Amino acid sequence: MANKVFAIPNVQTPSMPVRVNPDKCIGCNTCVEVCQIDVYIPNPKKGQPPIILHPEECWYCGCCVTDCPTPGAIEFNYPLPLKPRWRNKETGKISQVK
Amino acid sequence: MGTWHDYLKSEGTPPEWPYPIKFGEEKEVETDVLVLGGGIAGCWAAITAARNGAKVVLLEKGDVRRSGAGGPGCDHWCNVPANPLSRVDPDWWAEQMTQGPFSNGIGTEIQCREDFDTLLEMEQMGGKIRDTDDEFVGVEGRDDETKFMVSPRYGVGVGYAPYDDWKKPGYNPPEKRTNVVLRIWGSTFKPILKKECKKLGVQVFDRVMATSLLNEGGKQGARIVGATGLNVRTGEFIIVKAKAVVMSAAGPNSLWFMDMEHGGYSTMYSRNECGDATAMAFNAGAKITMMEGSAPYRIASGLKHKWYSGGADASYENVPLVDANNTKLPAPTQGWADGGAMFSNQANIINEIREGVKEGKYELPFFGDFAGMKPEEANATWNLMLNEESTTKVMVKTMTENGFDYKRDQIMNYTLIEFQPSQQYRDGSRSGGLMIDWDLMTNVPGLFGAGTSIFSPGDHSFAASTGRYAGRKAAAYAKANGEGKVCREQIDKEKERVLAPTKRDGGIEWKELHNGVNRVMQYFVSEFKSEKLLDIALEEIERIEENAVPQLYALDPHKLMRSIEDLSIITCCKVAIYAMKERRLTNARLRIDRVDYPQDNPEEANCFLTLRLENDEVKFERLPSKWYGNMKEGYEAHNKDYTGVYKPAE
Repeated sequence: MANKVFAIPNVQTPSMPVRVNPDKCIGCNTCVEVCQIDVYIPNPKKGQPPIILHPEECWYCGCCVTDCPTPGAIEFNYPLPLKPRWRNKETGKISQVK
Repeated sequence: MGTWHDYLKSEGTPPEWPYPIKFGEEKEVETDVLVLGGGIAGCWAAITAARNGAKVVLLEKGDVRRSGAGGPGCDHWCNVPANPLSRVDPDWWAEQMTQGPFSNGIGTEIQCREDFDTLLEMEQMGGKIRDTDDEFVGVEGRDDETKFMVSPRYGVGVGYAPYDDWKKPGYNPPEKRTNVVLRIWGSTFKPILKKECKKLGVQVFDRVMATSLLNEGGKQGARIVGATGLNVRTGEFIIVKAKAVVMSAAGPNSLWFMDMEHGGYSTMYSRNECGDATAMAFNAGAKITMMEGSAPYRIASGLKHKWYSGGADASYENVPLVDANNTKLPAPTQGWADGGAMFSNQANIINEIREGVKEGKYELPFFGDFAGMKPEEANATWNLMLNEESTTKVMVKTMTENGFDYKRDQIMNYTLIEFQPSQQYRDGSRSGGLMIDWDLMTNVPGLFGAGTSIFSPGDHSFAASTGRYAGRKAAAYAKANGEGKVCREQIDKEKERVLAPTKRDGGIEWKELHNGVNRVMQYFVSEFKSEKLLDIALEEIERIEENAVPQLYALDPHKLMRSIEDLSIITCCKVAIYAMKERRLTNARLRIDRVDYPQDNPEEANCFLTLRLENDEVKFERLPSKWYGNMKEGYEAHNKDYTGVYKPAE
């Protein structure tokens, strides 16, 4: 199925408010329950990571990451225009969230 | 892996709607006190009503555990003059906070009188309000005996009022500070409040949005006897019969912008908060006030990086602002060094910086100089203030994981790049909402208001203390008044309205409708107002109601929720426009700039304007600026039986 090209509408953006690590996620759906927006729905396959259904409605509150019982299973992913920048005061080097 | 598109690619089919679809099905519930909206105010109302012996039902659009503006956390318990370190009297402080016109004297007095008790009850339930782990020993403002941490906010000044003395040496001496704001560990609060609701037997309906209030006999303005709700996952329609209702859903947001997608992430308010409370109350005959001051931006509305809403713009609190060469900018950021003074939208400061850039005195870009702060203060700002406040908690985590070090680095500032006042204050609107009395009851018997649903709301502690107060009063009302009678005709009409978008296969989707309404507001309800423009706005919105709303369609319960929210937004826009039309003057405090009425009118400018519906006709009323009377006397007359901090049974 992976190579099949579907005719589908544009992807809602920002499309990935969080990055899910399928190796760490235990599919407990805490994030699905915590999110006040219903950004996620549970995966039809039990134990699998949830599906990000409404990414464009995310308000970046971070509660899903804060309350996730498995550290590293979900990482926050700021939209490209919102990634914070900072400067090392001594060297002047500017860094940004990946 | 993770997105809908990924799923489609790997499975070859989209996922089925994961919850049972129950469009058309009904559930009926009965209770003493019904709370609409389970944010900070709603949780406190539910808990306190239950503690006062009432049977309580709570409807929440999201999940009470983390819902509402205060769901992720809160770092400041503001205006808590009854705390033991405070140097001001609560009644005096409340007077200072309400010196300007259009203040909510009742809400502010309740906050000043009771929010310390509220905070102690939070601690009783397990919330962290003191530095009990001694993490911040040596930080300025920490009291080693009580372990309370006083915030630098306000310093020796009063509230957010702009002042210039902060530059004078010796200003803000520790012995003269008001000590009226405490730093707290608010990210622990919301899950605890949910747990307490459950413990007290509050029947919590998560994922149920309230859609309308039920009046006795279905008559607008008559006693409130319940409400209807929609399960936003299943589409089930819920009818709750109640003796008293506390309205603690959100006030009007996203009237000018849709708070999502590219326009509006990074906001102080989630997508869920869009004026349901205002719309429901208005339709039920409640008086709404201060809507004429509505404007595009409320605090941190999105569009750009924001300090408090997770986008990490260093422009706000405690952290000194410096230019590219580490020269301190003449902008106070509410830190100890600046006497707690606030940048706010002081044009003189902006001009000074702007001229400085032109003359080469300051070089862009600017930074929030964490590295230049005393390490213990930077630590408290990063690990307490930002780590506990709303959406910044996850910012702290993400930036730390990406290598940010508050001891070494400076966060970039963006709002000053374009030389505007900090955007969260620019054009900040006054918050319209429910008009209430000393019981926090509206003019409609049995309908109480709390938190951001009432006009000129404050912050987390305002929401908590007014919620707690409304819960107490609603429980007493329910006890004193028997059951009311709901009207089946009103319920049927509402059910039809709510489910209408599910009965169409195509037409206009909620996003287009929302944007269409926003565009009307952007074009015709803009900086300059006139009768002509406001009339065009009303006509346009009525045209939308006539032509677009009947085409509104929703494919699933979630989209149905958003569609119903759009209808609330339409109502809120209309209320705002009616109020703007009625205000025939130009007045900066009211944020009304009428091209056709360029003169001020002190008499008009000093009164409250309220709007309500009677037989679906708008009725206006004017009230004097201090209609609530002497605040101390008003509070005391209505709270003779107040027993202070809750004493749990052993």
